[in-house]
Amino acid sequence: MADIFEILTTLGFWAATLRIVSPLIFGTLGELLCERAGVLNLGIEGIMTIGAMAGWMWVFQGGDLWTAVLFAAFVGGIFGLLHASFTVYLGVSQHVTGIGITLLAVALSSYIFRMMLPEVTTPPKIVPFQIYEVPLLHEIPFVGPVLFSQTPLTYLALLLVPVVWYLLYRTPMGLAIRMAGENPVAVEAQGIDVLMVRTAAVVAGSAMMAIGGAFLTLSAFDAFYFGMINGRGWICIALVIFASWRPGKALIAALLFAGLDALQVRAQQVGGAVIPYQFFLALPYLLTIAAMVVMSRRTAYPKALLKPFRRGDRI
Amino acid sequence: MIRLEPRERVPIWLAGIAPIVAIIVTLVLCSALILWAGEPVFQSYLLLVEGALGSKFAISETLSRATPLIFTGLAAAVAFRAKFWNIGAEGQFYFGALAVTWIGTGLFSLPPVLMIPILFLAGAVAGGALLYVPVVLKTRLNVDEVVTTLLLNFVVILLVSYLIEGPWKDPMSLGWPQAAPIIEQGELPKLLERTRLHLGFVVAIVAAIAVWFLMKLTVWGYEIRAVGFNAEGASFAGISINSTVIRTALISGGLAGMAGVSEVAGLKGYLTLDLSPGFGYAGIAVAMLAQLHPLGVIASAIFLSAIFIGADSMSRSSDVSSYIADVVTAVSLLLVLLSVMLVRFRVRWS
Amino acid sequence: MNQNLPTEDNSATLEEILKLDGITKRFGNLTANDGISLSLAVGEILAVLGENGAGKTTLMNIIFGHYVADEGSVEVRGQSLPPGSSEAAIKAGIGMVHQHFTLAENLTVLENIILGREPLFSIRQKLSAGRRKLRALSEQFGLDVQPDTLVGDLTVGQRQRVEILKALYADAQILILDEPTAVLTPQETENLFATLRSLVKKGMSAIIISHKLNEILRISDRIALLRRGKLIGVVDAKDADRDQLAEMMVGRKVTRPKTQSLKAGAAVLKLENVSTSGASSSEDLKNVNLSIHAHEICGVAGVAGNGQNSLADLICGIRAPSSGSIELMGKKLTRFDCRTVVKAGVGRIPEDRHAKGIIGEMAVWENLVSEDLRQPPFIRGAFLLDKSAGCDHAASTIERYDIRCPGPQAETRLLSGGNLQKLILARGLSRQPRLIIASQPSRGLDEGAIAYVHGQLLEARKHGAGILLISEDLDELLSLADRIAVIFRGQLREIPAEASHDIRQIGLMMSGQEAV
Repeated sequence: MADIFEILTTLGFWAATLRIVSPLIFGTLGELLCERAGVLNLGIEGIMTIGAMAGWMWVFQGGDLWTAVLFAAFVGGIFGLLHASFTVYLGVSQHVTGIGITLLAVALSSYIFRMMLPEVTTPPKIVPFQIYEVPLLHEIPFVGPVLFSQTPLTYLALLLVPVVWYLLYRTPMGLAIRMAGENPVAVEAQGIDVLMVRTAAVVAGSAMMAIGGAFLTLSAFDAFYFGMINGRGWICIALVIFASWRPGKALIAALLFAGLDALQVRAQQVGGAVIPYQFFLALPYLLTIAAMVVMSRRTAYPKALLKPFRRGDRI
Repeated sequence: MIRLEPRERVPIWLAGIAPIVAIIVTLVLCSALILWAGEPVFQSYLLLVEGALGSKFAISETLSRATPLIFTGLAAAVAFRAKFWNIGAEGQFYFGALAVTWIGTGLFSLPPVLMIPILFLAGAVAGGALLYVPVVLKTRLNVDEVVTTLLLNFVVILLVSYLIEGPWKDPMSLGWPQAAPIIEQGELPKLLERTRLHLGFVVAIVAAIAVWFLMKLTVWGYEIRAVGFNAEGASFAGISINSTVIRTALISGGLAGMAGVSEVAGLKGYLTLDLSPGFGYAGIAVAMLAQLHPLGVIASAIFLSAIFIGADSMSRSSDVSSYIADVVTAVSLLLVLLSVMLVRFRVRWS
Repeated sequence: MNQNLPTEDNSATLEEILKLDGITKRFGNLTANDGISLSLAVGEILAVLGENGAGKTTLMNIIFGHYVADEGSVEVRGQSLPPGSSEAAIKAGIGMVHQHFTLAENLTVLENIILGREPLFSIRQKLSAGRRKLRALSEQFGLDVQPDTLVGDLTVGQRQRVEILKALYADAQILILDEPTAVLTPQETENLFATLRSLVKKGMSAIIISHKLNEILRISDRIALLRRGKLIGVVDAKDADRDQLAEMMVGRKVTRPKTQSLKAGAAVLKLENVSTSGASSSEDLKNVNLSIHAHEICGVAGVAGNGQNSLADLICGIRAPSSGSIELMGKKLTRFDCRTVVKAGVGRIPEDRHAKGIIGEMAVWENLVSEDLRQPPFIRGAFLLDKSAGCDHAASTIERYDIRCPGPQAETRLLSGGNLQKLILARGLSRQPRLIIASQPSRGLDEGAIAYVHGQLLEARKHGAGILLISEDLDELLSLADRIAVIFRGQLREIPAEASHDIRQIGLMMSGQEAV
């Protein structure tokens, strides 16, 4: 117990938490945006995978890091568009479409990676984003090295939280998105194209997810491995529920999860001799399930989530 | 602007031909991937067909790969019928494999006639038991089953990893993380000489027929369909939604668990961490391709398995990566969804 | 009889604001609107009258751009509207108050109103400017609503005010109201009409859709009659004759069902101090006492959302009481589930036919046996379903109840509303239940189907059933029920026998005011 407490006071733990949380923030906010508009996006796991691959491949082919982020977002947006054309325009089951998108994106990532690098056995490396120390601020004791000595994409992730909040609660588009997730007929009656609003949310959300995936290959690591997303997308879906579909709470939920994950890695080194490492690895998944159970009584889903809207249906 | 109008009557031929058209379109779309690899499309597909169906051995390989897919496809088909989104067949598969490893590696020994049914039963119970947790959380506390079943997949795989690296590690395995082999009495007999096709395939077919019978001709099947189509209406008619969903989950998890039994006791002989290349997830594609029809599951499982076996052999003699099989699976899943939609609705542009 | 009525509407006054020309709309084989031409003048209230299914709502949805007409055009001030665009309709000054309000409950009044009134892609929402404009409008038209309350906290009448404000906020010149009085008490209806009159005085025009003749005659200047998708004629309200209009609307003489007086028998339902919990505070029942006897129909009047659902769910076996006791046929009910209630002899006609009454994707025979699934002859052994027994049963039921469908194996969702209701009646009544619970049994049906439903209920009453009839249609209650109780915020109060046909009295009780 004392050991765990000691871990919580180390710089390394907090810096690692911020590193781990970054892709989760992108993914959770992206999923949140989709669900707020009434669309469950189970494509997230695949979109993160292909974002990771696309971003990495862009740099490996000679592109620079920031355009790689844009490219990953673009690819994610394309898959979002595919998802939206099925679920929003055609009203096909959101569950099955999402699983299909995940299978497709993962399969395409593997195929493209194999085709472009047929012979390699160890994944080649790129030069990823380096730590950027924010002038002056990073010198603040403890907070500085934790919060202001990160890679640029982490700053972007943290910045995205207020941006998404502002979008949802302070702009006409955000109002339309929130209403589309509650009562699409009300949006339609105000002369706004519900399908367009939902599609925009899904495309933008998917682009964010893809950046989350790209964070792993462009910032956290320097190579692309098969299966490197490893359930992070599914975790994001749980985090959205845990956060009651609110951006601020999503940040807290993601931080809690990331902190737990960082703790788990360090606890392995302390308690690894007695407790098998698999237990620590399973801990985040188990605690996520536990958290969903605890939150279950308080969840208030967007009312129109999973419900397709069809114009011109006989009412 | 696009509008959808429901068709009053769906012609039978249209409903029947739609998935076939979807598959043809899939193959046309995926030929872009072959062209990208610089290979001729037609010849590559020919290679694929030859690799999957070109010889007795090829066919036996295709059928043995189809075996676990039939089980996981049925698991998804049953659950999705009740709109219970069990995305955890992968975990239930491994739970079944754990059960068969526990019982089948020397806990006790019985003649095969008894041993084999017990192994399948154990796997089914294990798979069902794993899904029992999410289904109870759903029915009691309204916890979303999609997330819980998905996350349990990762937990189960870590449990398998722990067991085969630790307490269940086979001392004879020369350091490889794998469990001890199934005893001889528990091995599923081969159906054909010098092939890997085993009794599990027959069990899978029987299971598909049993599920079809269940869904079509029994009260349980009626209740599962009713709850899936309209839970509120079913409840009004006096059907208990919770017990129907729990029953559905136990059947679904049990079927996925049997897939694990079949792979360990029939094909591989022992439990490893790479026992399933995503059979659980592919089962969803199998079920959707069959439009959730239990007998259709057999055909769609064989089709997808043929793609995998064929792609594998094609990749050995050409520059096309075998991952094309995964792409075909995913694209056909999406296109079948689309085709079902277009059968039920007429698309109007205005 | 129609000779004295113009079949084309040529009475456009000098200032014509809206013009429909030859509107035709088909849904599959059904022609919902057939070549309808109409016009609306500035400052007039035009009523569109017709029974359910006559095509009124379809016509309005075409004007508002929800549907695209197959033929014909809509013109506002001489400019034709692009089809299928609500945005264009709103810009042209058309505001619509839908029958089912189009509001998001978890958003505020202001948010509901302001959406769409500024460019979607602007970077900042001008909430405070919106609030000012909304306050000014509320004052100007006397429509009192707090901009920052959540819509979910408003009463039905207040929500309707929000809908009207929504149209005014968008600078509507033409207001379309679809069955606006369906959910209002008589007093709230008066308020609405007062509002409408003041709006029209300020230069607006309004179209009001209804099937309630009495109201239409009071509020409108002209009346357009629709029957089976066709415009039958347009008359001035002041020249119109009620009975003649009623006949034209239905296309034949309307005969009210005759109820013979019967002596009430033994109690089949007895609620003692029954309360429920779990719904909203106005929907939960509070210490309800009620008994229903054989040979009698007890009507429950009330504005939607005052506990009717809880009461119906309770007797249907969907919900258990939190306190109090329920007796069915003299036996105390201890288990609260659908199967127990059905076995005890309750026939159930649910309010929402599509959501509760049937399973649309399943066959007609499967829906007909759904309440007797585990009973012989439909079950063989422990769990085998006997399809042929089910189909035989279905075939005879279809014939006896005159359900129009291709056969027992047809998909149920393809049945028309009236035939769906016949199916539900057949399932509920063929077992000769001693208690019948019917919620809104004639809602959305055409006159023929309504007559059928009423006939069946009266027939069952004659054979000794006690019937609890929950309805928002006062006319229905007054013509069928032996006695009427009013439900308000979960409390049920019976109307004194001497006042049982006093609409004003019932209306006061529906809005929670004490009987005078």
